[in-house]
Amino acid sequence: MSLSPTDLPNSYIGRTVPRPNLARLTEGRGLYVSDLTLPRMVHVAFLRSPYAHAEIRSIDTSAAENMPGVVRIVTGEQMQAFCTPWVGVLAHLKGLKSAPQHPMAVGRVRWQGEPVVAVLATSRALAEDAAEHILVDYSELPAVVDVLAALDPSKPVIHDGLGDNLAFERRLDAGHVDAAFAEADHVIEQSFTFGRHTGVTLEARSIVADWNKAEARLTVHLGTQAPHMMQNIIAMHLGLEEPQVRILCHDVGGSFGIKVHVYADDMAVAALARMAGRPVKYVADRLESFVADIHARDHVVHGRIAVKNSGEITAFEIDDLTGIGPYSMYPRTSAVEANQIVNLVGGQYACPNYRARARVVFQNKAMMSQYRGVGHPIATSVTEGLVDLAAARIGMDPLEIRRRNLVADDAYPCASASGLRFEAMSHHASLNKLLGMMDYAGLRTEQAALRAKGIYRGIGFASFIEITNPGPAFYGVGGARISAQDGAAVRLDATGAVIVQSSITEQGQGSEAVIAQVTATAMGVPLDRVRVILGDTDNTPYGGGTWASRGAGIGGEAAWQAGRALRSNILTLAGTILQARPETLDIRAGVVVDAEDGRERLPLSELARIAYFRPDTLPCDFQSELMATRHFVPREYPFAFTNGIQASYLEVDTDTGFTRLLRHWVVEDCGTVINPQLVDEQIRGGVVQGLGAALFEHCQYDAQGQMINANMADYLVPMAGEMPDIDVAHVVSPTLESVIGAKGAGEAGTAGAAACVVNAVNDALSPFWVVISEIPMTPALILRALGRG
Amino acid sequence: MKASAFDYVRAKSLPEALDLLARHGEAAKLLAGGQSLLPALNLRLSAPEILIDISHLPELRGISTTATSLRIGALTRHVELQNAALVAEHAPVLTQAIGHVAHAAIRSRGTIGGSLANADPAAELPACALALHARIVMQSPRGERVIAADDFFTGLFATALLPDEILTAVEINLAQPGDVHGFGELARRSGDYAIVGLAAQGRVQNGKLAALRLGYFSIGTKATLATKAAAILTAGGGIEAAAAALADDLEPHDDLQADAATRLHLARVLLRRVISGMMPSLKAAA
Ligand SMILES: Cc1cc2nc3c(=O)[nH]c(=O)nc-3n(C[C@H](O)[C@H](O)[C@H](O)COP(=O)(O)OP(=O)(O)OC[C@H]3O[C@@H](n4cnc5c(N)ncnc54)[C@H](O)[C@@H]3O)c2cc1C
Repeated sequence: MSLSPTDLPNSYIGRTVPRPNLARLTEGRGLYVSDLTLPRMVHVAFLRSPYAHAEIRSIDTSAAENMPGVVRIVTGEQMQAFCTPWVGVLAHLKGLKSAPQHPMAVGRVRWQGEPVVAVLATSRALAEDAAEHILVDYSELPAVVDVLAALDPSKPVIHDGLGDNLAFERRLDAGHVDAAFAEADHVIEQSFTFGRHTGVTLEARSIVADWNKAEARLTVHLGTQAPHMMQNIIAMHLGLEEPQVRILCHDVGGSFGIKVHVYADDMAVAALARMAGRPVKYVADRLESFVADIHARDHVVHGRIAVKNSGEITAFEIDDLTGIGPYSMYPRTSAVEANQIVNLVGGQYACPNYRARARVVFQNKAMMSQYRGVGHPIATSVTEGLVDLAAARIGMDPLEIRRRNLVADDAYPCASASGLRFEAMSHHASLNKLLGMMDYAGLRTEQAALRAKGIYRGIGFASFIEITNPGPAFYGVGGARISAQDGAAVRLDATGAVIVQSSITEQGQGSEAVIAQVTATAMGVPLDRVRVILGDTDNTPYGGGTWASRGAGIGGEAAWQAGRALRSNILTLAGTILQARPETLDIRAGVVVDAEDGRERLPLSELARIAYFRPDTLPCDFQSELMATRHFVPREYPFAFTNGIQASYLEVDTDTGFTRLLRHWVVEDCGTVINPQLVDEQIRGGVVQGLGAALFEHCQYDAQGQMINANMADYLVPMAGEMPDIDVAHVVSPTLESVIGAKGAGEAGTAGAAACVVNAVNDALSPFWVVISEIPMTPALILRALGRG
Repeated sequence: MKASAFDYVRAKSLPEALDLLARHGEAAKLLAGGQSLLPALNLRLSAPEILIDISHLPELRGISTTATSLRIGALTRHVELQNAALVAEHAPVLTQAIGHVAHAAIRSRGTIGGSLANADPAAELPACALALHARIVMQSPRGERVIAADDFFTGLFATALLPDEILTAVEINLAQPGDVHGFGELARRSGDYAIVGLAAQGRVQNGKLAALRLGYFSIGTKATLATKAAAILTAGGGIEAAAAALADDLEPHDDLQADAATRLHLARVLLRRVISGMMPSLKAAA
């Protein structure tokens, strides 16, 4: 048997090991930004716009200035000299436009919740007391709320200079769509509506910015997914050089994409720290998170599918309309989700005919941008919803129509109609594995028996593809200074322990564990001898961070390469000490051994002692190098596509409209599984967020653009009590772009969960001839569809 | 958000608490479990100058029985209510309802007195108090006063409590042979306030449902007794006729979860389910 390099005798790859940070975090010894208190630190409270759209006539801060504890009060106008505005566009999203956005409103407010005035005080409570005494005279303007209204010429234009409210439009036409629809046995159309929701991270966004005048340096403690990106952007807009800004990212309590963006209030805090010459702390409270964090989704998609009686799907067509708030988010923009939807629809199927249009519009709501799964849940829901409708029309089992159309497992490499290039996927193997897990026939029998008793259960499926490990095609080519590569620096300390500095970040998903496992395996040392350092622009290699399911696949490979490089240096040194050829040696369990028979030759502790303290015993021309740095970026493919299939079993109470989730299954192919438990947790967490979107989560707005459920009582996050057991299994098709072969796993759960729940609800309600294609599927919505209530 | 500044004083006895309340009047708020009041303070929906902490008053504690009634001290925490054998024996609808109130962490602090005094239309306990024909015991510098739950809940977050009164206990008649109860609520997530809920208490006499009281919550501005529907059921009019009568009994409101029509529909669904659970024979008849 030949062992691949990742199957070393002491491999941690593929093993569930506890996260190194587990005890620290569970014992309450984590360090979050909100735990920080610096000398002379002040707190900021933002007075936010109560209107969705209004002219600011005047701001009177005089009463507030004299309130206890107040240090300084700053308006958007006053901040202009300290922070330049930004525009959230990227060159490769052709035609995307947006307007300059300031850290705090200047002249006009464009969404309810936009920061208007910052109050610095010695405590947050005192800052809030003072904020209540600021008088802002607004003249309310008509708000553009609904996505359809945004394109209505009779409605106001949100940015006068832009001419209209259309931020971005993309069209795609591949194959022979008209002919396919003309020749189809059936054409089915359906509109799909996706409510807005948001990320609701356990830890709200928080920042402490500290300007050190003596050093002319700004240190920013920030819960972020992308420290180097933030370093660049804060420096650029505050008029500093990049080395003058240090980003420190301590423990972060969840991100899901929420903490990968540049927020107006964060930029304001950085500017305030410079203006005040004192450390400034801002911790978003839950209420303002709802109107200040990005929202996600908010799409209306009209879809069409062409199908033959044989079950062959011959064309897809979609028209997507999405609202992004008043600005395109900076610097990743708010056009990526719609762009992804155009790219992804139908991508799991061997169907060459595809037409799409996406329009992205401005509106007076909180800003919308990338959140876990970016575009995938929409694309999967539309594709899989249409496929189920086609199956129902021709009287074919939903699994059978998928079998007949999913890209064959031996078809790779290949490309989708939209031009996505696929290296290797496993739709059919995944589907077969799913069948083995769920006893499909048994569930159908149970469903029929219960239906006779007036109990309506449904089974739904969703096959999906998922973009992971993005290279520069995502942002770099568009001109954003967001690194597509990541680095790792690995060193052996004087006791033979290993320290890894990596440019990816940890937000609770276990990045630290993955980096430790890969490094320990690459080097041949016990896991507990590896210490991982993340999240510090002064002390880690330059890199992109953790987002778009790239941490393990890209950052992990960099750690692998660096670990192997250091291992090689160590073996060279060991060869010198032991007078052996390095190729005949190996490192196992932290000891240099004979590769042939595993005989122990030299513990790393002894090797390190010699290298660091007794170099005099080594040959004069030999210098040991016990630190190695490597960087990695995938080169062959712009993205490493993963795939999978999910299934949901649920019961709909047709009297109350309540849906009870009974069971959920996921088979997923993320290539090499580094830590099975972490991957399964990522899948389950992702599924739960998808289930939240399907049934619970919704940022609801009234006609004036007020978010009317911006609190944890009325905005329903999914909770454990309502969640089903989620069974997870894997098919493994490693990417050949890297040695470790890992693709991303962070978003796959979210990509397909809502789609299969909607399909299951429609399956449950099939006796009533009802099709629901709007999420969240609330009890009220289901009752309305049933004509009850 | 953070609460605005307030003073805090912990009362050691009921007379002291009454004295403090009399002294500070409208500027004061009583603090029991804090599970409704503190969120309101943190949201700056309420900004009292002083909090009078009554959570240590011995006079307001304990669950006991007299010859005729079960007495539940105002400071009885939800979790104590949930676990009390006397409550399960004499007012099992409370035992059943309390599991639907919030989550364990909140139930270990929230109190029955706080819930009743707060009079949230979506809360379970006020509707249970109506269904159980409970009596509310209040104390003021003028002495003790006892009124029926029917007269206690006067409107949206409004009760018959006077500004200088403290709710000290709830009294409920001891269970009688033949007592039956039922409870149901429709909440999107377990622990949430319900879209609509029903606490029902009655007695089976000669195979018939009697003395039926249907306490609805989360429908209209306050916990409400559906008297017409109850009368129809006890007169043998059948569940469907009773369900129809709910249109007269209830004043459903619109909110983010359901409009008035849906809410009334759900109230009827609950009636069918709760009543047929209490009286399986009625289900067969329906
Ligand atoms: C997340 C969450 C979910 C919840 N879900 C539910 C739910 O599903 N159902 C439900 O019913 N409740 C729910 N609650 C509220 C909870 O039950 C509270 O405990 C209860 O409403 C108030 O009781 P308390 O002892 O905490 O009162 P406090 O919060 O201390 O006081 C509430 C009000 O009553 C007054 N008050 C308190 N005691 C007395 C007294 N003895 N005499 C006169 N006035 C008094 C106070 O001055 C205050 O105005 C929830 C609370 C939270 C935080």
